[in-house]
Amino acid sequence: MEHTQGKLWEVFIQSKNNLPYKHAGSIHATDKEMAIQNARDLYTRRGEGRGIWVVPSDCIVASNPEDEESLFDPGVDKIYRHPTFYHMPDGAENI
Amino acid sequence: MNMNEEELLRNFEEKIDVDQKIEPRDWMPEAYRKHLIRQISQHAHSEVIGMQPEGNWINRAPSLRAKMVLLAKIQDEAGHGLYLYSAAETLGISREEMLDQLHTLKAKYSNIFNYPTLTWADIGAVGWLVDGAAIVNQVSLQRTSYGPYSRGMIRICKEESFHQRQGYEIMAQMAQGTPEQKEMAQDALNRFWWPSMMMFGPHDSNSPNTGNALRWRIKRESNDTLRQRFIDKTVQQANVIGLTIPDPDLKWNEERGHYDFGEINWEEFYAVINGNGPCNKERIDHHKKAHEEGRWVREAALAYAEKQKQETLV
Repeated sequence: MEHTQGKLWEVFIQSKNNLPYKHAGSIHATDKEMAIQNARDLYTRRGEGRGIWVVPSDCIVASNPEDEESLFDPGVDKIYRHPTFYHMPDGAENI
Repeated sequence: MNMNEEELLRNFEEKIDVDQKIEPRDWMPEAYRKHLIRQISQHAHSEVIGMQPEGNWINRAPSLRAKMVLLAKIQDEAGHGLYLYSAAETLGISREEMLDQLHTLKAKYSNIFNYPTLTWADIGAVGWLVDGAAIVNQVSLQRTSYGPYSRGMIRICKEESFHQRQGYEIMAQMAQGTPEQKEMAQDALNRFWWPSMMMFGPHDSNSPNTGNALRWRIKRESNDTLRQRFIDKTVQQANVIGLTIPDPDLKWNEERGHYDFGEINWEEFYAVINGNGPCNKERIDHHKKAHEEGRWVREAALAYAEKQKQETLV
């Protein structure tokens, strides 16, 4: 089948200044400018955004669902990485 | 690590059972993928074809306010179609294939859009009843097991609630207007009531696609459950604006805690599905024509992108 719809781009929206960009969805476009315009029309019709990133979908490298355990489990059992792990002496303030 | 099909299926169903979402790169049974592609693309086509009956009234909207609102609503429908096409694409079907299936009548869209919008009151009835019925279905689908579909539904539901309110506002205004206006509102309700009931599909006892869809939580509630919810909500709204739902068997059933209602004309339902509704041909012809007339735009855009690529290479 002929490809007439432009390539796929992932859209990230910053809802307010100083907030991180969040994935909103995807759009089709043939070039960068069209990608920004389509993303604006599709994902910010109600003031949802102050900033847009568009990234060609084939440029995104994603982790594999099968690798979930080996990638993320090592981070689960290290509770000493959280401040609540430590015993503070009674009476200590501002710590 | 090579799991066999059985283990993969067990893992998949365990995830579904604890309401974890399935994501595009997760393993899924072919039947699940196929069902989703059929359902999501049909849903996307419905949003897009649904622009036509409303587009019919943009130039004839009775006020500038009504016109602005209608334009915004139709633009939303286009947006909803695009969210859904994107969700379907994550399952491995291309946008071109979906359009081709629509044009060759291999894919369906909601029957309701094969009915004409004859008067301005029909725009009210479409918003109130058709969007109302769609919302009942879509609220339930927010909890569907497929992640991209669920996220699309959440976004769509947020945007749809204005659609139903704008339709109900039109109906309320006309019902309180001149006798002719009230009659027009009642006539729109008469024509759109039963087709709206049919939007939920055949009875559960006669619904070929329900089994796996419920087990795998693609659908969360059955056709009859959703239809009943829509009726129970809508009767009171009709009463408030003094319109009569065209069903002599409609009656509150104290014991069930629901309204009883009359039998749906399934012959009409299947006739329309099979291409014999009042507007089936017109809707598809119009979509094809718009697609063809847009060809030069797509070609120009692709040529421009190609040229830019070459300029960067130099």
